[in-house]
Amino acid sequence: MDRAAIIGVGMTKIEANKSRETFADMAWEAVNKALDDAGMTIADIDNVVTTSSDFWDGRTISCMAVGDASGAADKNISCIEGDGTYGAFYGYMRALSGSYKTTLVTGHSKGSQGVSSLLTNAAFDPIYERGLGMDMISACAMQANAYMNKTGVTPEQAALVSVKNHGNALKNPVAQLPMKISVGDVMKSEMIADPLRKLDCSPISDGCCAVVIAHEAVAEKFKKRPIWVRGLAFRTDAFFFGDRDLARSNALAAAAQDAYKMAGITDPKKEIDLIELYDAFTYQELLWLEEMGFAEYGKATELLAQGQFDIDGALPVNASGGLMAGHPVIAAGLYRIAEIVLQLRGEAGAHQVKKAKTGLAHGVNGLCGQSHCVWILDQER
Amino acid sequence: MSDIFKGIEPLIYESKINVPYSWWAGDTASKFFINLRDEKKIIAPRCGSCGKVFLPPRKVCPACFTENTEWVSVSDEGTLVSYSVARRKLASIPADKKLPVVWGLVKLDGADTAILHFLDDVDPGDVKIGMRVKAVFAEQRTGGIRDISHFKPVR
Amino acid sequence: MAKRVAIVGTGQTFHKSHRPDVNGQEIINEAVQRALADADLKIKDIDAIVIGNMDHFEGINYVDCWSVDGSGGVMKPVIKITTGGTTGASLAIGGNHMVGSGMFEKVLVIGWEKNSESDTTGAITTAFDPIWDRQVFAGAISGLAAEAQGYMARYGASDRDGARVSVRDRKHAMNNPHAQLRKEVTLEEVLASPMLADPIHLLDVCPRTDGACAVIMASEDVAEKICPKPDWIWKTAARHSYAYLGDADYGRLVSMERCAKEIFQKVGIKEPRKEIDVIEMYQPYSFAGLIWIEDMGIVGPGEAPGYIWDGNTDMGGELPVNPSGGVISCNPIGATGLIRCAEAAMQVMGKAEGRQVPDVNFAVSTGFGGCWWTDMLLHGKKKPN
Repeated sequence: MDRAAIIGVGMTKIEANKSRETFADMAWEAVNKALDDAGMTIADIDNVVTTSSDFWDGRTISCMAVGDASGAADKNISCIEGDGTYGAFYGYMRALSGSYKTTLVTGHSKGSQGVSSLLTNAAFDPIYERGLGMDMISACAMQANAYMNKTGVTPEQAALVSVKNHGNALKNPVAQLPMKISVGDVMKSEMIADPLRKLDCSPISDGCCAVVIAHEAVAEKFKKRPIWVRGLAFRTDAFFFGDRDLARSNALAAAAQDAYKMAGITDPKKEIDLIELYDAFTYQELLWLEEMGFAEYGKATELLAQGQFDIDGALPVNASGGLMAGHPVIAAGLYRIAEIVLQLRGEAGAHQVKKAKTGLAHGVNGLCGQSHCVWILDQER
Repeated sequence: MSDIFKGIEPLIYESKINVPYSWWAGDTASKFFINLRDEKKIIAPRCGSCGKVFLPPRKVCPACFTENTEWVSVSDEGTLVSYSVARRKLASIPADKKLPVVWGLVKLDGADTAILHFLDDVDPGDVKIGMRVKAVFAEQRTGGIRDISHFKPVR
Repeated sequence: MAKRVAIVGTGQTFHKSHRPDVNGQEIINEAVQRALADADLKIKDIDAIVIGNMDHFEGINYVDCWSVDGSGGVMKPVIKITTGGTTGASLAIGGNHMVGSGMFEKVLVIGWEKNSESDTTGAITTAFDPIWDRQVFAGAISGLAAEAQGYMARYGASDRDGARVSVRDRKHAMNNPHAQLRKEVTLEEVLASPMLADPIHLLDVCPRTDGACAVIMASEDVAEKICPKPDWIWKTAARHSYAYLGDADYGRLVSMERCAKEIFQKVGIKEPRKEIDVIEMYQPYSFAGLIWIEDMGIVGPGEAPGYIWDGNTDMGGELPVNPSGGVISCNPIGATGLIRCAEAAMQVMGKAEGRQVPDVNFAVSTGFGGCWWTDMLLHGKKKPN
């Protein structure tokens, strides 16, 4: 297989309500930032993948709103529906399939314009489940209970994820919710669905992220040092919660193993320097880390408490503040990729981690992490 | 955004997508719901190859990828696999449910997979994973998942 | 190195207006099982799945995740593409890139829709910009009528010319057991059918359909081992350039022209009329059968009516169009573009049975949707250079 690299990234600030901007306005900003970052013009882009959701956007053919703003006029274009890591995955494959050399990938969402509870209720099976009225938060509370029951991890221990990530966000200018908070603050916040309190949950957010993926033949021709894609994979678990082990994530374990294999990584704990993952809820950061092999099952909380996942820890996790600090659904995984790229270039500013040669970015689709996408990015080919 | 828009009032256009749906349950789900409605019985399809019994019912075994041809009776009692307690009035919660709403993932005896439903007649603080629960059938049954009113603890 | 990609199996449901006997996952499964049987593969042989539909036709969020029991996607990589009416063709292009990249050897491509489960026009109306177009425009037919009017005004075509295309496609559908509408219509019947939006009569447009289609694509490393006569994907193109209804040139389909030019130029096809043997076009209404073959470069501007009246696009003609009966006979929207791809593949593979065009070397399939968007694939008998 040929290689590809990420050569440009652009992020809008993540905000609770971008009431002054349309989807196209957000895409325009992110795309131009990514092109400027790469030292490219739109003429250097030979194909475009947008990532959007007809549900979240309240619009059939939601990609129609951002194609022109993404510079796709008279270019080959397609649209992935799902997390931005999947959009980027498709963009990567297009850059390698012999048809194109430079893919512009965007992902956008405005949580502020819809009602998350109703939109995620629509992810439940319409015949057997939907009428019961569950949504993403109540479903993930069910997963949190399963996880905590099996591992003995407590809500207080998980709350430390919120403390760390909101604290990290203080150093990230694009984050929506930078906050200096304590475990006590998390435990005092409103209980939404046991055991998830308000500060265990990522916020409703608006934002757009764009990245440029280039085939190795052209990756070094532009302004920035290419950040190489060493490995990537995605896997989807069973749909019905009762078909899965809800306390675990087999799909993530499998996707991570696939990505490590492709990257030639045998000991992820030693070979990966930092992680940006999809912490939509506090327990998820722990569970996802464990399934990817960075801690024994049920033990990530110990490493967290030791500070190992802090910005200056042995394995920084969500130095950007992660989803806790801003969760534009659909775009969120693409932000993770962009953040890793900035870190590996040494351009992350105040939240720059010390050792950043190899990084992992992670995205999620579906309820309770049914589907996971894992990227291994590297300074070197 | 550039300065030419400084001071512009951001107008909001309120709307809603209003598309009516009529989902065909299909033969498999219809068979399940008709038994529930008319007999207050819970039945489930079994895979002829691996023997797994599926709830919610599935026409095709996802592992063997062959059609399930046999149906078996499943108990109305089972074990709680996990649960969720909503304390906030989430927009998705049906209008007739009062807070706190408790949902359970219930593996019925005789089934290999668990189904989602309400837990009721229980203090949320007493809900424990592994507890035994039993289906309470609705008085008025119309051929849907709420023909089971909820599950309650077996005492 | 990029891999060459071939279609090694296809499967479709028997498309109907209503399928109350199956839910969405189950209708998907029917197409998947048929494609696997056609390719003589098992689900375990499939490395990844790409699936698509249009969300608001069924009202199910994260369809890729919800449908795994039917698609066979449990613990596989499953990804979703959705681009509106072009979805099916965008899926085919997606499968092509997934295999072509070398990431996956065998990819299952699935398009489906149960249009009977919602209000199709209501859902389509939500495609248009909520602040601007949605307020003043409804559904798909009004836009198509504007296109037909633009074309007729420019070239002097008539509603009889459109009706001739309907007669052709409905006749072709008689040869396709999978088509929904299998009853021939006459010119007089088309012209006497209720007027929907001038000049479009009821029998000029596609029906609403429940159906699914699955296509299996394989890399050159294994394609010929799986399939003695695979359908090679030579080139693909897509143009989704417009966001607002008023952006279009009513009477010409610019996206079709751009896609055709890109593909034919890259492959070196100079006389598409002679070099292409069959076309499966996503032609949602009859007048598109006139306008869009001009934009594809088969005949010059304004020449389509004469070309079609002379029988050139009929079975047995110079360049048969829509041997399957096309979209006028059957339109499960998210599947429709992929059905065109599957039908073109079957023509190349020699598997089209009663609707087979003899000796197909090159076939073209297209998708249409969005705001005057086109996706296109060129299929060929020979392995591309």
